[in-house]
Amino acid sequence: SVSHSQITRLYSRFTSLDKRENGTLSREDFQRIPELAINPLGDRIINAFFPEGEDQVNFRGFMRTLAHFRPIEDNEKSKDQNGPEPLNSRSNKLHFAFQLYDLDKDEKISRDELLQVLRMMVGVNISDEQLGSIADRTIQEADQDGDNAISFAEFVKVLEKVDVEQKMSIRFLH
Amino acid sequence: LDYQHVQVPFEITLWIMLASLAKIGFHLYNKLPSVVPESCLLIFVGLIMGGIIYGLNDKSPPVMDSDIFFLYLLPPIVLDAGYFMPSRPFFENIGTILLYAVVGTIWNVFGIGFSLYGICQVRAFHLQDVSLLHNLLFSSLIAAVDPVAVLAVFEEIHVNEKLHILVFGESLLNDAVTVVLYKLFRSFCEMPVIKTVDVFAGVGKFFVVGIGGVLVGLTFGMTAAFTTRFTKDIRVIEPLFVFLYSYLSYLTAEMFHLSGIVAIIACAMGMKRYVEANISLKSHTTVKYFMKMWSSVSDTLIFIFLGVSTIGENHEWNWPYICFTVIFCLIWRALGVLVLTFFVNRFHVNTVTSKDQFIIAYGGLRGAICFSLVFLLPDFHRKKLFIAATTVVILFTVFVQGMTIRPLVDLLHVKRKRESAPTVGEQIHIRFLDHLLAGIEDISGHWGQYYWKDKLEYFNSKYLQKILLREYDQPKSSIVLLYEKLERKHAIELAEAGQLGHAPSHPSLLSDRTVITDKKSEDTLNPDILENIQEILARNLYRIRRTGPAYSRHTLPGETEPVEQAKEILILQRRSL
Repeated sequence: SVSHSQITRLYSRFTSLDKRENGTLSREDFQRIPELAINPLGDRIINAFFPEGEDQVNFRGFMRTLAHFRPIEDNEKSKDQNGPEPLNSRSNKLHFAFQLYDLDKDEKISRDELLQVLRMMVGVNISDEQLGSIADRTIQEADQDGDNAISFAEFVKVLEKVDVEQKMSIRFLH
Repeated sequence: LDYQHVQVPFEITLWIMLASLAKIGFHLYNKLPSVVPESCLLIFVGLIMGGIIYGLNDKSPPVMDSDIFFLYLLPPIVLDAGYFMPSRPFFENIGTILLYAVVGTIWNVFGIGFSLYGICQVRAFHLQDVSLLHNLLFSSLIAAVDPVAVLAVFEEIHVNEKLHILVFGESLLNDAVTVVLYKLFRSFCEMPVIKTVDVFAGVGKFFVVGIGGVLVGLTFGMTAAFTTRFTKDIRVIEPLFVFLYSYLSYLTAEMFHLSGIVAIIACAMGMKRYVEANISLKSHTTVKYFMKMWSSVSDTLIFIFLGVSTIGENHEWNWPYICFTVIFCLIWRALGVLVLTFFVNRFHVNTVTSKDQFIIAYGGLRGAICFSLVFLLPDFHRKKLFIAATTVVILFTVFVQGMTIRPLVDLLHVKRKRESAPTVGEQIHIRFLDHLLAGIEDISGHWGQYYWKDKLEYFNSKYLQKILLREYDQPKSSIVLLYEKLERKHAIELAEAGQLGHAPSHPSLLSDRTVITDKKSEDTLNPDILENIQEILARNLYRIRRTGPAYSRHTLPGETEPVEQAKEILILQRRSL
């Protein structure tokens, strides 16, 4: 769980984004952040905050999404294994990222979904064919059950050598 | 032939012409700037010029006058740096920068001073008459890292934004410390007895110099912003105000024995936001271009003069002293960086890696500021020794460190890569995660400083904007300005193509860039293609915000790579709407 000072800080950020002061954020409030406009994944990140089919997110939802990015404290690692997994565990962090790829929520990243994300992330100098071959290569490397798509388990396996805990964490306070 | 009449302006113009022609010459041969940094080449040209003058006149060539340097050559460079300094990374890292600048410089000064004093005690070197105070005076001017030299070299090596701003910010801000220590030790040299009160006065003076400089700068900055509020009908002289007020702030600070460099930076950073909102677009472009031009010329002249001034009879070559100076400079800087980084990393998640530390330590170049300060020393019998040592240190750092830093950086980079080549999937997913994290950081607001930034924004919108801005508009961020510029451009293109009435089908910027290659698309699983793919990805994946240089001497802010990338992303997003 998040500490008291972190919550206050996030709340002040939430209210400063909430220009109409009605206690919820809409997509336009997010789009007003200038750096997000030139982030290649900007739209997808914004969508991740909004639950299925809704256009407003309240503070609880805001915090819940950001809680995925809390750093993993050392003393939490060995806590009770029987309780529900905390939001910021390695597995949940990766699942959050996985869902940004997987738009139709079928727990698989298909070739098309991968192509869409790739197109957002590369410059304009790559042709569609080159992009297609990159996507094929990516799937071929990861795919173990031969369904020509990347499942969540395969996604986790690809990133096993990467320090996801450090990469996907931000310190909310010093 | 009336040469006497035009001599001074004629010679000045000739020197500037020489500098500019030299610059053209270097860039004609493409490969050279990547191996040898421009600053080295310029010093080399200066050495040749100095040699020629010495040969012709058979006496020492004109030494660079310290006044000329401090009053005319240095301000444009610092103004350029302060005006185009990206404020977000600067203020994010201000704690670290101040730590390096203040504590690091003090550490270096005392470390080098005391070690050199230790060397002087060795009987064999015949250096007994150099007292501790003299050594400390010398070390106070040699310890400071020089922004001109650092900038010149860091242009060539591409380091990430954070590192760039750390070294650069440090080199700018340590001026305050250098000024105080230099003047302190110099006045101590002239005082017969030094009491502890004087030492404390010195410490207090440091705060006065630094904070006083900032206040002077901000005052002039606000005045400049206020003035531009009324320039609506005389657009032509608007750019002049920017330069006049900045220069005045520098001179005023120097007049009061405060730090001129800190003042001019504070002035530039303070006025930038308001002035840019008030002045016309054309004036804005003029300001940018003139600033870059002046700082470029200054920069080139400084290095050439450095070269010219080293030739001559100003030196006393006591090799042990000189060699030990160089060695101690390196050692103490490395130690200082190590210790300070250890403390810094305790408080930040974004640690300064060991590779970064190496670059910070190795990139501590000395330059023309040391050189000018040493000439300003009062004449005593060992002055020539100090001049010689300073010259050698500067030449060493600029030539040896400047030329080798790039290969060393590449070597370190390569070493890390060889651990295991990432697969294509890893590369893509890692970049994906980086973009995701950058976005989340932006949404959650940057840690720590946000509280103060918020307060400053509030103060700004409530009071400052009303006074300083002509039209009380929300000052637009550069991204919004960029977007508007694109919209205008697109509309102009459509109008020219006669399509303004219809829905835009293809932004013309995008269509002529998709390259159709003749690669066989069936053969995609060939292992030979893998390397090609890696290469393609490395070149074409969009960079995250923090991996580019924060400030560049030679390119205008609107023409850098991150801006091109931002344009492309905006176009793509508009297209997909």
